[in-house]
Amino acid sequence: MSPTSTQTNKPALQMPTKHYLNATYGIRSWLLTTDHKRIALLYLISVTFFFFIGGFFAMMIRLHLLTPAGLLLSADTYNRMFTMHGVAMIFFFLIPSIPAVMGNFLIPLMIGAKDLAFPKINLLSWYVYVVGAAFTLYSMVSGGLDTGWTFYTPLSTVYSNSAVAPAVIGVFIVGFSSILTGLNFLVTIHTMRAPGLTWFRLPLFVWTHYATSVVMILGTPVVAITLALAGMERLFGLGFFNPAMGGDPILFQHLFWFYSHPAVYIMILPAMGVTSELIPTFARKQLFGYHFVAAASMAIAVIGFLIWTHHMFVTGVSTYAALAFSFLTFLVAIPSAVKVFNWVATLYGGSISFDTPMLYAFGFIGLFLIGGLTGLFLGSLGTDIHIHDTYFVVAHFHYIMVGGAVMGYLGGLHFWWPKITGRMYPEWLARISAVILFVGFNLTFFPQFLLGYLGMPRRYHVYPPEFQVYNVMSTAGASILAIGYLLPLLYLTWSAFYGRVAGPNPWPATGLEWQTPSPPPTENFETTPVVTWEPYDFYHRPDLGLDMPVDSSLRPVHGDD
Amino acid sequence: MQSPLPFFPEQASNFAGNVDALFLFILVTSLFFSVLVTFLIIIAGFKFRRRRPSEIGAEIHGNNVLEIGWTVIPLILALGMFAWGAVVYVNYRTVPKDTLDVYVIGKQWMWRLQQPNGRREINELHVPVNRNIKLILGSEDVIHDFYVPAFRVKMDVVPGRYNTMWFRATRIGRYHFFCSQYCGTNHAVMGGWVTVMDPAEYATWLSGEVGDVNPVSAGERLFTQLACNTCHIANGTGRAPSLNGVYDRKVLLADGSMVTADDAYIRESILLPKAKIVAGYQPVMPTFQGLVTEEQILNLTAYIKSLQSQPVPAKGAGIAPAAMGKK
Repeated sequence: MSPTSTQTNKPALQMPTKHYLNATYGIRSWLLTTDHKRIALLYLISVTFFFFIGGFFAMMIRLHLLTPAGLLLSADTYNRMFTMHGVAMIFFFLIPSIPAVMGNFLIPLMIGAKDLAFPKINLLSWYVYVVGAAFTLYSMVSGGLDTGWTFYTPLSTVYSNSAVAPAVIGVFIVGFSSILTGLNFLVTIHTMRAPGLTWFRLPLFVWTHYATSVVMILGTPVVAITLALAGMERLFGLGFFNPAMGGDPILFQHLFWFYSHPAVYIMILPAMGVTSELIPTFARKQLFGYHFVAAASMAIAVIGFLIWTHHMFVTGVSTYAALAFSFLTFLVAIPSAVKVFNWVATLYGGSISFDTPMLYAFGFIGLFLIGGLTGLFLGSLGTDIHIHDTYFVVAHFHYIMVGGAVMGYLGGLHFWWPKITGRMYPEWLARISAVILFVGFNLTFFPQFLLGYLGMPRRYHVYPPEFQVYNVMSTAGASILAIGYLLPLLYLTWSAFYGRVAGPNPWPATGLEWQTPSPPPTENFETTPVVTWEPYDFYHRPDLGLDMPVDSSLRPVHGDD
Repeated sequence: MQSPLPFFPEQASNFAGNVDALFLFILVTSLFFSVLVTFLIIIAGFKFRRRRPSEIGAEIHGNNVLEIGWTVIPLILALGMFAWGAVVYVNYRTVPKDTLDVYVIGKQWMWRLQQPNGRREINELHVPVNRNIKLILGSEDVIHDFYVPAFRVKMDVVPGRYNTMWFRATRIGRYHFFCSQYCGTNHAVMGGWVTVMDPAEYATWLSGEVGDVNPVSAGERLFTQLACNTCHIANGTGRAPSLNGVYDRKVLLADGSMVTADDAYIRESILLPKAKIVAGYQPVMPTFQGLVTEEQILNLTAYIKSLQSQPVPAKGAGIAPAAMGKK
């Protein structure tokens, strides 16, 4: 065995002659495809479009808040900006991002299947997304939306003068895309695993998508009903939530958060899955406490359904309800903490490299940690009275959704980019932009914690001058952050055409998706693979071309199995 | 003198110290774990950095003792945070009896406040220092939220119901209050100032400009104008129960349940009279939804409250004596 020579004398890598990207040509072959990999790319383009629309609104918000009196927008325009920022980012970017792009592309590859269980339903889910997106875009250009992404009644159903109905219809429709994707994943993971791929040999990415799919299927119908009721109140004057007609506005909040709190886990669980792939791969070591991390994912999905009222501690909800929901909120913190500790423990004794995906994984852990810990301040009833609906909340959920979910998304995108395109991105440029992102993110959102504790309420287009210094910092950070997001857009697009050829397994990594050429053929695998190894096990994988232990009879250290 | 990078807002109420102490406890715990995790990642990144391109890590699967440890220790800390937070919150949600009551009405995009003697203010609230203040919050349109950062208190102002909040201001001064629940176009300017005054100054201020209308007498006038008095006859002989002494007492309903006749109940009975029928009476009262403003409801409530000192008529079928109300 000569480990060094395998690196230096490698024959020049070549793209496979036939793969899913060049199997057929023409716009019809894309718009009518049932290949999960092509549908993933359709989603990639769609969610990227919405990410930059939402990002544009965010830049407008931050620029405007540079001065206490507001720099460039009227009150009504500002209110439309933050509402449409939230709607675009949450319903059309974050919720579909990792599942519909990477989950779609990778789940069949990771479990050794040729496609998802229902390829046509998969295509249908993208069309449903497009129709929902069309309604929402129509709302944005035909008067905009100024209700806040939460659509609180009776503001949204009675008092708003903006285009509420098309936006509500758009979000209602896009929910079905989520339901169809979740259904497809559940059936696929249950029925289409390759021989030998038992439940506890599944990559964590698949486990977290299983948990996510459960939340999508059980939660999304509730928000669909809620928005349907709000839409009927707006359009036909039926009094479900309007107190002037005997309705209850607090009922809307219960129904809305019954979905929208678990929706946070739709955003963060897949990013946790990505991180659970990146850490073992770039530490070349099994994931510490695999079973505990898998169980923690399911625990988060279940407990996540029982804590929605923590968004409503100051609505006048009963004290007993508040106590119960605060208690359950603290319980959901535990599985998240368990995951963080296991990721860190995985590093011990590893062989750690600092490739771009690993930088994103470290960034994810750090930012998710801050996001998670600041959730404790909000889950605790005493402190929530003060910081509810202030910038503290804004900072907290951006640390989770942007610091967590988007870092995970970008880490995963870099990690699987060679699999998706067959080509490598430029490594140093990618590392530099990962660092720019991390710095820009913290400068944007950390000052908002301080603003919140000082008492600046959210959704303010003007503010008292004592809050200015932190707002200036935040705006400065946002401009750095914008560069950090534009760079990957440019170099990833460039590298898809001109990057160095990657080969089937450039890192190398242990998952089944790396056992097939990059880009994979339309049918994924020439022959159905048989799995004989444990997840992330580098120790018994001579096929990866890495150092094997000299004494292979070394007793493995078993802890959790 | 304000620091250029302030961290804590001013502390000016009985809650501020408790909330800040709880905040510091969670902050120190969070900092400990953040520093620990960051430190471990940096150490591991240095000590276990890849030295050869083909190197792999050691074979370690997990450790059950560690897993139990880092499940149980955070759980204990989390339960501590929960318990402390719960104590502060229950204290906040339990309004003491000896309060000075101020009515607060939110509407797009202003606050109308009414002192106990009827003196009205717009976007200004004057309160005496070291006295328990109860705010009774109502909205004329959408959901608002009354928030005083220096007091560390806020409460949503929800149309169709009353919410209450309380505080005891501990320092004389002027403090911002904000609307912190997004309520449409001018949400950001729907705020004002709380002025905390010396009690003697407050008394002078209160009498300085007599309320244009005394809420009790305005309510009494409305009671006649709206013909409430034709059914709600004081001696209990009318088609509707007498309202003498009803405020804050337990009322027996037709379905056998009991309800306390507080502000919210009176409001509901005016707007949705069929929601709760007093035992022994017919559901004959018409709704006044859309016929009375929130302020008129407040005046009617103030009038009914003023009947508290009147004797409870013996025939008042559904109105339970106070002793029975205590179970």
